[in-house]
Amino acid sequence: MSLAIDVHDLVKRYGKRTVVDHVSLGIEQGRICGFLGPNGSGKTTTLRMICGLLTPDGGGGTCLGHDLVRERDAIKRRAGYMTQRFGLYEDLTIRENLEFVARVYGLDRRKERVEQSLERLGLTTRQNQLAGALSGGWKQRLALAACVLHEPRLLLLDEPTAGVDPKARRAFWDEIHAYAAEGITVLVSTHYMDEAERCHEIAYIAYGELMARGSAADIIRQSGLSAFIARGPGADRLAPRLRDADGVTAAAAFGATLHVCGPDHDALVRAIEPFRHDENLDWKEAEPTLEDVFIHLMGRARDNALDG
Amino acid sequence: MWQRLLAIIVKEIQQLRRDRLTFAMMFGVPIMQLLLFGYAIDTDPHHLPAAVISADDTTVTRTIVSALSSTGYMTFTERPRSEAEANALLQRGAVQFVVTIPSDFTRRLVRGERAQVLIDADATDPLAAANPLASAQPAIEQALRRDLTGPLASLNPRPGAVELVLQRRYNPEGKARLNIVPGLLAVILTMTMVMMTALAVTRERERGTMENLLATPVGPIEVMIGKIVPYIAIGSVQVVVILLISRGLFGIETEGSVALLGLGTALFITVNLAIGFTISTVTQNQLQAMQASVFFLLPSILLSGFMFPFRGMPQWAQWLGEVLPATHFMRVVRGLMLKGAGFGDVSAELLAMCVLLLVVSALAISRYRVTLD
Repeated sequence: MSLAIDVHDLVKRYGKRTVVDHVSLGIEQGRICGFLGPNGSGKTTTLRMICGLLTPDGGGGTCLGHDLVRERDAIKRRAGYMTQRFGLYEDLTIRENLEFVARVYGLDRRKERVEQSLERLGLTTRQNQLAGALSGGWKQRLALAACVLHEPRLLLLDEPTAGVDPKARRAFWDEIHAYAAEGITVLVSTHYMDEAERCHEIAYIAYGELMARGSAADIIRQSGLSAFIARGPGADRLAPRLRDADGVTAAAAFGATLHVCGPDHDALVRAIEPFRHDENLDWKEAEPTLEDVFIHLMGRARDNALDG
Repeated sequence: MWQRLLAIIVKEIQQLRRDRLTFAMMFGVPIMQLLLFGYAIDTDPHHLPAAVISADDTTVTRTIVSALSSTGYMTFTERPRSEAEANALLQRGAVQFVVTIPSDFTRRLVRGERAQVLIDADATDPLAAANPLASAQPAIEQALRRDLTGPLASLNPRPGAVELVLQRRYNPEGKARLNIVPGLLAVILTMTMVMMTALAVTRERERGTMENLLATPVGPIEVMIGKIVPYIAIGSVQVVVILLISRGLFGIETEGSVALLGLGTALFITVNLAIGFTISTVTQNQLQAMQASVFFLLPSILLSGFMFPFRGMPQWAQWLGEVLPATHFMRVVRGLMLKGAGFGDVSAELLAMCVLLLVVSALAISRYRVTLD
């Protein structure tokens, strides 16, 4: 299987600040890779380097077999990049936007392609509405449609579902899976855990450094984290008291339930010991969640960054 | 209530402090206006370049020439040998006046006949020509009375012996609108062309569509030309409309070659679009682009010779004016529309615009980024 994205040691600096620090990424064709990490961790910068919008300060590689720096134009023609902010023209109609994109890529059978795209979107009846009049969810679906109009082999999506309601998000992800089934590779950045779980694999980046790689299950297993759940009246109120305890990475209330996790099983047990005798509470060992792992990784990355 | 009011005032000041360009504009524009109106603008310009053709070199004629020059309005810079040469100087705008003293001037004066001095004035700008012409007659008479003493006293003319023949060229009726209307062409084009392109590009960046555009195979030259072409068309329509109105309502016909006017206009539009494009590469949002355009427009109106006589400005202001494309275009338009100038008369101005275009384009392209780096 050939790699759709194969980049090594990508580095990007702004002044003295290193935004992306030796990130290597290989993604097989037809896979959906979720790109996760805290705000400002370098996700957007990495995506921009892969699609040729930014020149890496170090490292390199290929995207769809084209060199990242030298063959920018070839990459641009064969990849689709969806910006974080709605990148189409709000003062053009839905149809005009799609026609513009079709012209920019010099596509043949323009009318036909635009019709097909409108149909697939289900926007045929609204094609003459201004794009600015669409709701957030529809805007994102339109942006995605515009992004795939030139039949790219790779999709780079930068937080495509931020601020979109769950139903529209689900529809969006169904479409992403449909494209993947057609053999298109997708690299999608997101903050949503449920979306991360819908990816074939995940790459986690923090402070410009790639921290974890693999499927959701792999990442949880490799993390070595332990977790406990406490149920019962007042369980959720323990979160602030446990948060700073030794051996606890994260303690969070989910409704009335408390969820704690830590890297060392014994240390975690010791930390919750004082509260285990409360007979109102029902303590149970649990699977750490992806979120636990990410919060843990983020803490470790920060330590690394501070040490460096 | 006071607390809420204070909250808004404090917030407003904090935001203002961060918006450096607005801040600079608020002080820059008034200072610029003050300096321009206070120092640069003189509606009664002195030391205007003049040429003299004296076919009669005598004490009397020398007295006349020095009298004209001592009014402070005329500075004799040229001594053309023929009338044709003098006309060319006037047409090109190298001199504002041509004083011609006929060969029989002194002889006629001695004989007690009426002697004539001819002054041809470039009256395209009636404001600049009015006072120098009005002061000429009294200056000549006074000088002759004063200087012709002793043995020459017999030459002292009776009042009215020297007849001043004035010819207001290009704008014989001294109508201000004849000067203003063609100039408006330059101002309107500067205003719309610079602002429109500056906004067009900045809008893409402000709305976030630039990133999307850069991710497509579209190249920077394609973006630049693609953005500029529609405005060239708009600018051309503007020009045609202005010319038609000038002709229909004000009766201003284009004296010179229309093709040459078209060439000059196309060049001027392009320079302005390039300036707009350059502005868009340094401004972050549309408001800033708008402010920067106004900042550019102001001197283009005040220092280009549009509102006030160019030669009335101090040297530093004239140098500033020379850097503005509007100044050169103003001369081309007035030359072609009013004076019937030919290519040779305006070639220097066209060349100046070409140089400006090259400099500005180089700046625009060096500032424009293909990537987001």
